[in-house]
Order: sequence, then structure tokens, then C-alpha cells
Amino acid sequence: MIRRRLLQGVATAGLLLAAQPLAAAEPIKIGSFLSVTGPASFLGDPEKRTLELYVGKINAAGGVLGRKLELVVYDDGGDANNARTFATRLVESDKVVAVVGGTTTATTMAAIPVLEDAQVPFISLAGGIEIVEPVKPFTFKTPHTDRMACEKIFEDVKKRGLSKVGLISSTAGFGASMRNQCLKVAPERGIQIVADERYAPGDTDTTPQLNKIKGSGAQAIVNADFGQGPAIVTRNVKQLGLDLPLYQSHGVASKSFIDLAGPAAEGVRLPAAAMLVPDQLPDSDPQKKVVLDYKTTYESTQNQPVSTFGGHAYDGLMLLVQAIERAGSTDGVKIRDALQATKGFVGTGGVVNMSPTDHMGLDLSAFRMLEIRGGTWKLLY
Amino acid sequence: MAELVQLLFAGLTTGAVYALVALGFTLIFQASEVVNFAQGEFVMLGGMVTVFAMKAGLPLPLSALLAVLVAVATGVLLHRLAIEPAKGATVVTLIIVTIGASILVRGLAQILFDKQFHALPAFTGDEPLRVLGAAILPQSLWVLGGAAAIVFGLWLFMERTLLGKAVRATAANRLAAELVGIDTRLVLALAFAVSAAIGAVGGILVTPITLTSYAVGTLLALKGFAAAMLGGIGNPVGAVAGGLFLGLLEAFAAGWISSTYKDGVAFLVILLVLFLMPQGLFGRRAVERV
Repeated sequence: MIRRRLLQGVATAGLLLAAQPLAAAEPIKIGSFLSVTGPASFLGDPEKRTLELYVGKINAAGGVLGRKLELVVYDDGGDANNARTFATRLVESDKVVAVVGGTTTATTMAAIPVLEDAQVPFISLAGGIEIVEPVKPFTFKTPHTDRMACEKIFEDVKKRGLSKVGLISSTAGFGASMRNQCLKVAPERGIQIVADERYAPGDTDTTPQLNKIKGSGAQAIVNADFGQGPAIVTRNVKQLGLDLPLYQSHGVASKSFIDLAGPAAEGVRLPAAAMLVPDQLPDSDPQKKVVLDYKTTYESTQNQPVSTFGGHAYDGLMLLVQAIERAGSTDGVKIRDALQATKGFVGTGGVVNMSPTDHMGLDLSAFRMLEIRGGTWKLLY
Repeated sequence: MAELVQLLFAGLTTGAVYALVALGFTLIFQASEVVNFAQGEFVMLGGMVTVFAMKAGLPLPLSALLAVLVAVATGVLLHRLAIEPAKGATVVTLIIVTIGASILVRGLAQILFDKQFHALPAFTGDEPLRVLGAAILPQSLWVLGGAAAIVFGLWLFMERTLLGKAVRATAANRLAAELVGIDTRLVLALAFAVSAAIGAVGGILVTPITLTSYAVGTLLALKGFAAAMLGGIGNPVGAVAGGLFLGLLEAFAAGWISSTYKDGVAFLVILLVLFLMPQGLFGRRAVERV
């Protein structure tokens, strides 16, 4: 009886050993939940296209650690509850190695507890600073933060010799987060916030709010939001004839903003990634090659203009792939250690230098100040 | 003074759209006791079909006409395929049917059109008019004028035409209407068609100001429903008043109280009104005549 048990045990062990090489050839599963539909679809759609495009390219070039990549993408429709559900599904049923996704700050924040609990490295594609501050052991992000956007804008306001700013923001995730950051960094930058107005997502008229800013003595207007809101604000500023410099955030950094806002967009300034103006970058710029390559690849395969948001997904995927290669393993903790040891990675968003206390790794130099002139972006500095 | 006028026009323009949506709710509710939550989708179709027809090269008037026709066809199909087969179902079931239909229309729009926001050119230029120190878009006047014309046209139809009287008769008592030879099925289909047309026209008028996308219908349906409840559901005058009142509430709450809590303020007032006057501002009292 005992002998038979022993034999069984040996046989099982033998089977397991035999299965080992098979397992090594299994694909590396990378999970993603993106807002491909819904209000943030203009962010999520290029992100999904980019991930699929580059996973295909990486596999065609032999994969990672000799294994193919397998991408599992869910569409959360911009809904935080869905994001959490899909994060759970990625961890529990799909058993992914890491996650690159989270289109908005809201969907990202909803998924973080699930992924942190499971110790799955997570590279978010959303802007909110609360994603990496305080630092969470397994959470990273690729886009610039809203705080950096505020700092870059305030720097430019000071350069113009102005100091009184009227703030108008959406009450939704990104706008609310950037508003808080702007309020926080304003005193450090010598900026006085003289008006702090808000509007709800989906609002179609912001003239009441702008009218208040008009009466507040503001010398410049800063709008924190993405999607259709900034286009409405920009049109309303023009309608009211407010002759003040208008700043938008990196959240509007796509051509559709210029189309929607129309002639009112003329003269609007915004901090944005190099992606918007690859041709205007000097040849000495380290990002020029990466950005141009991505732009050419994306536009030649997707038949649509490139956006910075797809670039965030590119950066996230490349950071992860390089970390897996450096770690030589698909173990969550080892990938995390490799990720936060990233130094000098040149992405579309900037040059990334991570550390255990900095899970984004970008500084203000990653932001360029742009102005909309003649219906297109003009690099100022 | 300038601020007051500015807020007034901001509120009236937004409110006019709420009013048109509320009017659509009211028409269908009167004729069939169905609360049609797909009402916002008609507004979306009005804007989106016009945008894409213009992109295809059609002039604005033709695009707008096409958009209204598409919305009307959608409304009639909604009645024929979703509401009529569920005849005799409870009110809650019918509401769920219309919500389902709205999700379907939204999904189709997302596939047939796209997921981006779109703008239409203003009908008569973008240069704001100066009125008492306030800056008003010419398009706002189009919205207000268009809404007024629709309300007046609807009144004429209801009061002065035989068909309109048939609609009112069906609303008052369906069985009696059938007994005197009114084709109530036709009347119901007509109510859906007219509601759809009103929503679509609203969508076309307002898109140059508010922009549009496949998803704008949901929020409009909610606000329009709130407006209809505020005015007293089933009362066209109440619907228009409720819509304008809601728009003004939002604008003045944002301008004078706090833009952070403007929606909260608006809904607080609605709750108060409904608490004190459960039938809404213009609602009939629920008296059963025996």
C-alpha cells in the first residue's frame, strides 16, 4: 500500500517535470483594462490600438524571454466599478503577469487595491498624482502628473509677468485632481488663485463660471479637464470676449480639441508631451527618434493621427517588457524590483528614471509648452 | 445687470433643451403612460446624423431634415418593435424596455458613427451679440426661437387639428376614444414620431453650442425627466416651464451660489418642490373621476 502511494508520487513528480519545458513555452500574459468606449474613449481607443500593435510587433520579433506575449484587454467603458471587476478577473481567471492599463485616474484608483493585494505589477496610463503618491509597492504610471502640468503652466504665467490666476475645472476625476494640485503648488510658485470655479462633466455652458472669473481680477485662466469640457470653456471664453491668456492641460493634447474649439482655440497654451510636435524637436533631443518611430508606426498601420495617449501605452508596455527581460522572470516581485530600477528609459512621454520612492520617474523637462497657432501646435520651449 | 443678463441667457439656452426633452416625455406619457427614457437618444440622433450628413457633403438644411427623418423612423420603430409588443405590461416593465432601447440606439450610434465629440457650425456666425453688457451667441437665439416655434406649433396641432384632438382624446380616455372610432394605435405611433422629431430638432439647434457625441442622450434624458417631473408629468406647459426653470436654476446656482454645488442646488430645489407639491408645478391633482 505504502509502496503504491510512493510509486504514484514518483509518477506524478515525473509528469510535473515533463510538463516543465511545456510551461516555459507558454505565452506571458499581460492584462489590460481600458476605457475603449464611454467619455474617455478618445484616450482608451488609441491605447488599445497601441498595445495590440506593439504586442504583435514584439511577438513577431521573437517575444520576451523566448516566450510570446499574450494580451488580455477588457473595456471598462470609463466606469470605475467595471474597472475593479475586470482587474479582479485579470488576476483571478486570466492570471496575468502584469497589467498595463487604467485609462482614467478613477478607473485606475478603483483597480489599485485589487492589483496591490495580488502583488501584480501595474503600470497605469492615467494622469492623477494620487496613483503614485503615496508610493504603492506595485503601482507605476507613465503619463505626466497633473501637478507637473500646474507647475509648468505657472512657470509660464510667471514668465509673462502675471501672478493672478482664475481656475476652472471639471468635478470629474482628472479635473478635480488637477485642481487640488494647482491649489497646492500655487503658493510655492508665487501664484495667487483668485477664482476657483467648477463645472460638472457633460455641462454644456460654462459662461456663469467664467463670468465670475471675469469679475475676480484674474490675469490668466487655467482650465483643468479633458474631453469636451475644455472645448466648451475655450468657446465660452471667446464668446464672453475675455481677453486673458487661456491655459489648457495636457488632457486636451489631441487634434480633436482644436477641431472642436474651432477658431476660439487660437492662442491657447498648454503643457504637453513631445509627441505632439515631433517634427519641431531639435535633432539633439533624445526623444526625437523614439517619438518619430512611434508616430510613423502608428499612423502607417492605424490610418489615424497619433495621440499622446497611445504613447503612454507604448511607454508602459516597453517599460514592462524591458523590466521582465532585466528580471529574467515573470515573478511579480522581481518585475516590480526591475521596474523601479529603470534608469534612462527614453519614452514618448520623456526620459524615465524610477526609484523605490518615484514610480513615475519624469521631471518638468518632459513637458513642452505649446501654443495653438493657425489651427496647429507650435512648440514654444 | 450684465451678469444677470448673461446668466439669464445661459440658463434659458440650456433650459430650452431640457424643455424640449421634457416635452417629448410628456407627449408620450400623455398618449400611452409610458415614460420613454430613450427620449435623450432622439436629441443625440438629431445632432449626430446632421454632423455626419454634412461631412458627407450635404448642405445644413438637408442634413437637418435627414436627421429629423432618421429620429422619427427610430421613434416609430421603437413604438412598433418594443412598446407595442409589451402592451399591457406594468409601467416599470415599460420603463425598462425604453431604457433597453436607449442603450441599443446608443450602441448602434457608436458603431455607425464614432466615439468622438463633434461640432456643427453655428447657423448664423459665431460673433457674439452684445446685449446690456452681456455676450450672447446668435445660436442661443436660434435655440430659444426654435423651442418657442416648436411649442407654438404643437399647441396649434393639439388644439386646432382633428388629429391633435384625437391625440388628446386618447390621452383623456383610451377606451372611449376607441369607441368613437379613433385609431389609438395610430395615435400612439404619432406621439412617438412627434416626440422624436421634437428631440431631433432640439439636438440640431443646440449642437453648435454644446457639441455632441453618441453618448449625450443619457444625461439629457435624466435632466429632461427631472424637468418633466418638476413641471408635473403629462402637462406640456409644465414640461416647458420645468425645463426652463431647471436651466435657470443651474445657471444662477453656478453664478451666484457655488459652481461646485450647482447640480446639488438644482436637485435640492426639485426635491423641495416635489415635497411641497407632489404633482409638480403644473400637475393635475390625482383625482379619479367616477
